[in-house]
Amino acid sequence: MSRLLDVTGLTRRFGGLVAVDGLSFHVDQGEIVGLLGPNGSGKTTALNLISGAVKPDAGTITLGGRPIGGLKPDRIARLGLARTFQLVRVLGSMTCGENVMAGLAFRPPILWGRPAAQRAEALLDRVGLRGGAHAPADALTYIDQKRLELARGLALSPQILLLDEWLAGLNPSELQEGIALIRSLRAEGVTIVMVEHVMDAIRSLCDRCVVMNAGARIAEGPPAAVLAQPEVIAAYLGDDDA
Amino acid sequence: MTRLSLIPAALIVAVLATVPLFADGYYLSLGLSLLNYTVLATAWAMFSGPTRYVSLATVAFFGIGAYTVAVLGEVLPWSLVLLIAALVGTLVALVVGLSTLRLTGVHFVVFTFGLAELIRQLVTWYEVNVTRALGRYVFVDVSQGQIYWQMLGLAALVFLVGWLVQRSRLGFALRIIGDDETVARHVGIDTTIAKVALFALSAVFMTLAGAIMAPRWTYIDPAIAFNPMVSFQVLIMALLGGAGRLYGPLLGVIPLTLLFEFLIAGFPNHFSIILGLAFLAIVYLVPNGVAGLMTRRAAR
Repeated sequence: MSRLLDVTGLTRRFGGLVAVDGLSFHVDQGEIVGLLGPNGSGKTTALNLISGAVKPDAGTITLGGRPIGGLKPDRIARLGLARTFQLVRVLGSMTCGENVMAGLAFRPPILWGRPAAQRAEALLDRVGLRGGAHAPADALTYIDQKRLELARGLALSPQILLLDEWLAGLNPSELQEGIALIRSLRAEGVTIVMVEHVMDAIRSLCDRCVVMNAGARIAEGPPAAVLAQPEVIAAYLGDDDA
Repeated sequence: MTRLSLIPAALIVAVLATVPLFADGYYLSLGLSLLNYTVLATAWAMFSGPTRYVSLATVAFFGIGAYTVAVLGEVLPWSLVLLIAALVGTLVALVVGLSTLRLTGVHFVVFTFGLAELIRQLVTWYEVNVTRALGRYVFVDVSQGQIYWQMLGLAALVFLVGWLVQRSRLGFALRIIGDDETVARHVGIDTTIAKVALFALSAVFMTLAGAIMAPRWTYIDPAIAFNPMVSFQVLIMALLGGAGRLYGPLLGVIPLTLLFEFLIAGFPNHFSIILGLAFLAIVYLVPNGVAGLMTRRAAR
């Protein structure tokens, strides 16, 4: 398997707080890697650094061998990196179809007009929002907004997709649908990095996990093995309970 | 707006073009005023409608256009003067855009207002210290009717360009930015280029409007050409009409231009007070503009 994403010594400070502290990990082509850790351990900041929303103070990030650390987010998106947001962000004044077309119209190769509308419908189908291209995006339920955000991410035809707690806040049956959807993306060869707290999802989806605490990596490996490590349990539950 | 509605639009322009053939001085000047504000408000909404960046720099560009004519109008052929005005307007818009469009919300509003005042003060300083005369006479051999036709042409152009922009990827990018700038960046939109491009495009129309209007005044000084009231009036017209649609601002321009005329003629001493009340009423009663109101009616 070829190396797709490589993160080395990634560091970002906010004032006196070191949110991400010398983080290193890699993602191979076709893998699903879980980024875990207790609240405030720097997972979302790590995603923000990789996607360009925040600039790193130190360290390197390469995507397919190409350095992307510190580039603007639109450049990184056009190079083939898509993401969803922890607090779901849909374009509320537009239809579902337009939301997805937003992901098609500005990446290479540009898709616009009729072909874009058709591709958008196909992507809405893909994530289970069938026939909803003309529905206003702000009228969707929470899970459907998440589906829409995912369709917009997939519209970029990304080499790698970053999911920031995409499964959070779903009820048990929605969760099963969500897990099935992500699994089907893997079957299509989409490489995924997911920040997640839902342990069932991590166990059933991730090939590997990277666990962070206080901005640094404390464990890495297959989910079952990693989640059994004392350092990981200590990070989640505190030392006394370990 | 579809391809088909180009035909009625062309008809309307043709009918309006006959106005100078029969209208006398007052009505012609009222028609010119309507066209001028139509250009300014539509150009304003072209940028501020989709992005929701409220600009108060309208009069800065308008004044730049007027001053270009005041300085060069006698020296160069008219079409060249217009071209130079457009270039200067574009240049200023690019510089301002690149330096300010990182600002959001109220910071952008305040900056654009400050910009217009800054340019006014700079021109005043230059005129007082260098040319040693505050005002300038604008001598351009052009009739009232010709000014009207030029402004009508510019109005037609601003609608045509606005229509093309709406259907373009640039227009779509601006709508995405207006909804959520973070999302816009993460779907691959260079938001700076998109915003600056449309800001400059809208500024060109404002500059040309100022250039075309200048000969009508025959005398201008910085207080006339850079009158901040113009920026506010354009803003309130676009808001009343509805900045979300191409024809929206027009629905605000017509009633408000007529209202201003009526107020200036009937209540010259209370103009500002009544205007303020009108502004308040508009913001409270039609927050989405007349165009928004009509859409909601139709949806029912």
